[in-house]
Amino acid sequence: MSKYVIVGACAAGIGAVEAIREIDADGEITVVSEEQCSHYSRPMISDFVSGKANLEKMKTRDDQFWQKNNVTLVCKKAVGLNLSEHAVTLEDGTNVSYEKLLLATGGKPFVPKMEGQEKEGVYTFTNISDAEQLAQKINAGANRAVVIGAGLIGISVTDALTKRGVKVTMVELQDKILSLLLDATASEIVEAAVRKAGVNIITGQSVQKILGKPDNENQVGSVVLTKGGQVPCDMVIVAIGVIPRTELVAGTEVKTNRGIVVDGSMQTSVPNVYASGDVAEAYDFILNQNRQLPLWPLAVLEGRVAGYNMAGKKADYAGGTNMSSLKYFGIPIVSIGLANPKPDAALEILVNQDAENTVYKKLVLKDNVLVGMTFLGAIERAGILFYLMKNKINVQAFKDALLKDDFGLAALPESVRTQMNLE
Amino acid sequence: MRKIVAKQEHCIGCGICEVHCITQHSKSKDIIKAYNRERPRPISRVRLELNKPVSFAIQCRHCNDAPCASACLTGAMHKDEKTGLVTHNPEKCMGCWTCVMVCPYGAIKIDKEGHVVTKCDQCADLDTPACVANCPNGALECVEVES
Repeated sequence: MSKYVIVGACAAGIGAVEAIREIDADGEITVVSEEQCSHYSRPMISDFVSGKANLEKMKTRDDQFWQKNNVTLVCKKAVGLNLSEHAVTLEDGTNVSYEKLLLATGGKPFVPKMEGQEKEGVYTFTNISDAEQLAQKINAGANRAVVIGAGLIGISVTDALTKRGVKVTMVELQDKILSLLLDATASEIVEAAVRKAGVNIITGQSVQKILGKPDNENQVGSVVLTKGGQVPCDMVIVAIGVIPRTELVAGTEVKTNRGIVVDGSMQTSVPNVYASGDVAEAYDFILNQNRQLPLWPLAVLEGRVAGYNMAGKKADYAGGTNMSSLKYFGIPIVSIGLANPKPDAALEILVNQDAENTVYKKLVLKDNVLVGMTFLGAIERAGILFYLMKNKINVQAFKDALLKDDFGLAALPESVRTQMNLE
Repeated sequence: MRKIVAKQEHCIGCGICEVHCITQHSKSKDIIKAYNRERPRPISRVRLELNKPVSFAIQCRHCNDAPCASACLTGAMHKDEKTGLVTHNPEKCMGCWTCVMVCPYGAIKIDKEGHVVTKCDQCADLDTPACVANCPNGALECVEVES
């Protein structure tokens, strides 16, 4: 029996291993991973496709990470879970038994049913195998792509494809790109930059079906949009979103909603079984509810909290929220929390936009506490605002300073600076 | 481990800390050449915070539970086990700005040319960091703290 078994070796799994080893130097850890080299940066796969990063650069930890942490790495797929026997079943039929289990199985790309989706040239974009296939396709001469979905994954793959000289058409069902992160103003600024790079953006539509090439029915040749238009292409990248991989707990007592339900210690409804990362529904401190937030930094933090608790040190997850920084198409962006709320009299919105549209800053406040923000163009001080948001600090006394160009720590009242422990 | 502490009551807001940070992180390590000849000009990793009458200099606090290190998407930002310093490897940085988003001090700088971030390294080659050694009013000080 292994004291700790972790299924999944990506962000949450790594976070858990590091936290466990801070507390327990000797307890046996087994990590089950279906990927051979798992500790690479998934967010970096767009740099892999664009040619900016190779596999070596993508490694988030050094090659000896598992050995140094005395981890038994089992590169097999976990296919079953036997809670009464405290065992995980692997694809080859063997069992790995545990005292404490962490489910960090992540998410999988959501691919809606579309006619023609089985054709050669249809990809998703979440792991290195996707990136390798896409890069190969481009190397083989494919130079027109349709990207379905203009969220985080959609814009990252579009940026990479554009850098490789591929002509991209983005198709987004919402009326604007990055709709979960940006308001109309910010989205328009980004959209202008994306279009300037040669990308065709189609909003308010989706792809109805994928057609083959005239000379080869099995290869992607074009897509038909929901309103009837047709876009010729050699590749289709489905970048709509990520859904939790909850298959392992299906039919067990582990409670699920969309993802696996966890408490503040990242424990599931079953004692000694924890979940973290994209598969879990962890706490959102802005919405004050649990939900799935498939974001790398949150997965690491959740994994750390799970690891501490599994190793016997009480730790409580402070929560995350929808928060992303973006680097694509030359525009640095930070967007956190309720950055684009529906009209609500209880919310106060502060905006600072320069005439050239190179800088756009927006804050959303409720009862003088920050609940959302978007910084575009000038993001270096955004973290200070995030601190105020996370710690629910009342900003009434210094509200006017928050969006000034020279805003910084010196604009904060001494009481806040003391709390921040600048020394 | 060593920490740099700002003494607000001694800071006169002159910004010489930034000048010497730039010089120390330049190729030539020469104040005139660093300013006039090196392009792109090196970035100061210390920032003078000025809101009269308040002024102090701030750089990476090398936090124990560093949010930038745990948030880093690539492993470029990490807590060095030996020195206790939060260390950044530009070779691994993809310029995603996640560390910038989560740094409570706004202490991580964007190097637009290199499309990576940069931050205080406490002048690892020097006995005393350049900002501390050159502060004319003793407003920056090195102290030893438990890591």
